Amino acid sequence: MASENAKGEKTVKVDYLTRVEGEGGVYVRSEGGELREVKLNIFEPPRFFEAFLRGRSLQEVPDIVARICGICPVAYQMSAAHAIESALGVTPPPEIRALRRLLYCGEWIESHALHIYLLNAPDFLGYESAISMAADHPKEVERALRLKKIGNRLLAILGGRSIHPVSVCVGGFYRVPRRKELESLKADLLWALEASKETLALVSRLPFPSFAPDYEFVSVSHPSEYPMNERRIVSSKGVDIDPEDFEHVFLEEHVERSTALHSVRTDSGSSYFVGPLARINLNIDKLMPQALAAARACGVSWPCRNPYMGIVARAVELIHACEEALAIIEAYREPASSRVEFKLHAGEGCAATEAPRGLLYHRYRINDQGLVEFAKIIPPTAQNYRRMEDDLKAILPGVLDQSEADIAQVCEKLIRTYDPCISCSTHFLKLRLERG
Amino acid sequence: MPPDTRPKLAVFKFSSCDGCQLALLNLEDELLSLAGEVEIAYFLEARSRILPGPYDVALVEGSITTAEDVERIKAVRKDSKFLVTIGACATAGGIQALRNWQDVTEFTRAVYATPAYIHTLEQSTPISSHVAVDFEVNGCPINKMQVLEVLTALLVGRAPHLPGDSVCMECKRRGTVCVMVARGLPCLGPLTQTGCGAICPAYNRGCYGCFGPLEAPNSDSLSAQLLRDGMQRGDLVRLFRGFTGFAEAFRSAGDKWDKL
Repeated sequence: MASENAKGEKTVKVDYLTRVEGEGGVYVRSEGGELREVKLNIFEPPRFFEAFLRGRSLQEVPDIVARICGICPVAYQMSAAHAIESALGVTPPPEIRALRRLLYCGEWIESHALHIYLLNAPDFLGYESAISMAADHPKEVERALRLKKIGNRLLAILGGRSIHPVSVCVGGFYRVPRRKELESLKADLLWALEASKETLALVSRLPFPSFAPDYEFVSVSHPSEYPMNERRIVSSKGVDIDPEDFEHVFLEEHVERSTALHSVRTDSGSSYFVGPLARINLNIDKLMPQALAAARACGVSWPCRNPYMGIVARAVELIHACEEALAIIEAYREPASSRVEFKLHAGEGCAATEAPRGLLYHRYRINDQGLVEFAKIIPPTAQNYRRMEDDLKAILPGVLDQSEADIAQVCEKLIRTYDPCISCSTHFLKLRLERG
Repeated sequence: MPPDTRPKLAVFKFSSCDGCQLALLNLEDELLSLAGEVEIAYFLEARSRILPGPYDVALVEGSITTAEDVERIKAVRKDSKFLVTIGACATAGGIQALRNWQDVTEFTRAVYATPAYIHTLEQSTPISSHVAVDFEVNGCPINKMQVLEVLTALLVGRAPHLPGDSVCMECKRRGTVCVMVARGLPCLGPLTQTGCGAICPAYNRGCYGCFGPLEAPNSDSLSAQLLRDGMQRGDLVRLFRGFTGFAEAFRSAGDKWDKL
């Protein structure tokens, strides 16, 4: 749709961000062929989680925050459980820690397989969806679905079901699996490990646009493990902090066009980048051995600053998640108790964990009745919005002379590489283009 | 090529977490054959191609929370022969309906630095508060096999069969020892529709009602028992006000104990 206003500026509206989770749009304005303005608009209706969590019991929090996102509920449960445990001074034992990593592996496998094959690969291979792609690439789509199914099965064994699992609680789990339940997954995970390597071989050969901005990558970091649930927060430009300092170093801004808040560095006001690419760039030496070897051999040189290669980073993490899941299952002994008992007392705590799409920060204040007094949740996609805008500002000047459909495609392709979860928002990008 | 005579399926989203439409994509063994049997005409999360209505079947996820969505659901209804709501948001207002007991202006101030930028309705309401709904699939999230049953039934022209009995019945079939009787855990199972497979009691915890109330639940009886077992009234109110808390039976039970 195109229209012209009184000043002779051209306004173009295109409805579309498909193959993402959530509702958002892009506004583009140009004058005389020069790019004047790029804004990301998020229309997802607000659901007010941080407000209605107040007054809820702390043990209800992991169940409630799961509902922020149907694609990454485990991430919300993990950040919430760790933040509240930090407020209470509770430290779950090593067996529980390992099971939580295993649960996260399941979510990474399910979410990464979904994004790589069903949401992102069609952009590079020239299809409108994986459903159309299946006609020409049946083997790849079948591999995707089986990978996804294995991730979901792991989630269901640990959590009862794959979407909004029911087993995570503050202190540990309501129920831990029997060893034989986990062993039943081994054959599938061994297949998934090989399928992940085939996935990496496939996606590392895709035709990537050349683009490499000077990103500040941010992720969780741990001295001996690939980042999931702990411990510090680091960046490629020297940040190295405890989660307690997160809100001093990074700031959420509320902008008019958005029902989501947008994060920036507090000191410089500059954007930053979270997600699989950030995790690998900052923690490559912590990858499991086969994942590390595959990452080194796939033809991409790390650190990698090309956002389109996020799909390669996801494939490397897919290998890692399968490999680590197998290792955890191999070492698993059923713990005597599924959860740590704790005494209720007032306190405040925060935590950052790594959702499939990037760093997820939670902070809670709890009263002496165990009720939430204050909650703050900063999802990965909100942290990437400003970065997506900066990328679009860099890319769009080169394509402004193209058709509206092509410009929309350029915007969508870039935004999809971030695997945005706007649902943690909706489903379409409205491109509004004004040409003067 | 002959014209495509397959039924046209559309999937629409309102205020929600995307989990119920993800359940469709989680039909890993059936997805491709489903895509062969029906024309997936509108499903933004899964495909970029959009075919115009009218649609034979519309699956609707999410609750109504904005003035624009009130209009949009009317348009969806007009364009759809058979409208099926999927999940607790669409059938009962969802967890975001917790705002319905609070002051939304205060909520907006609590979450957003500039409340004037936010436009939202006072309440989060189910789809059936706005348009006629032909069939409801409950759950937070839905059970993907129930959606498959509904689609299969519609394809062959019979009525869908979904179970209407309680989570308690499912626990008995599954062989799960009652967590309320044996361990004294509060459980909404006696009032809640099955469909989940009675997962929570099998995972050592009480049911939190995410599949919504039975058709005629006896909430007074369960409430009395829970209070006798030592539950605090505030905890009881919160138990009812969960993922399907705005469904009539749970809403009235929660309100009753809140006002006492």
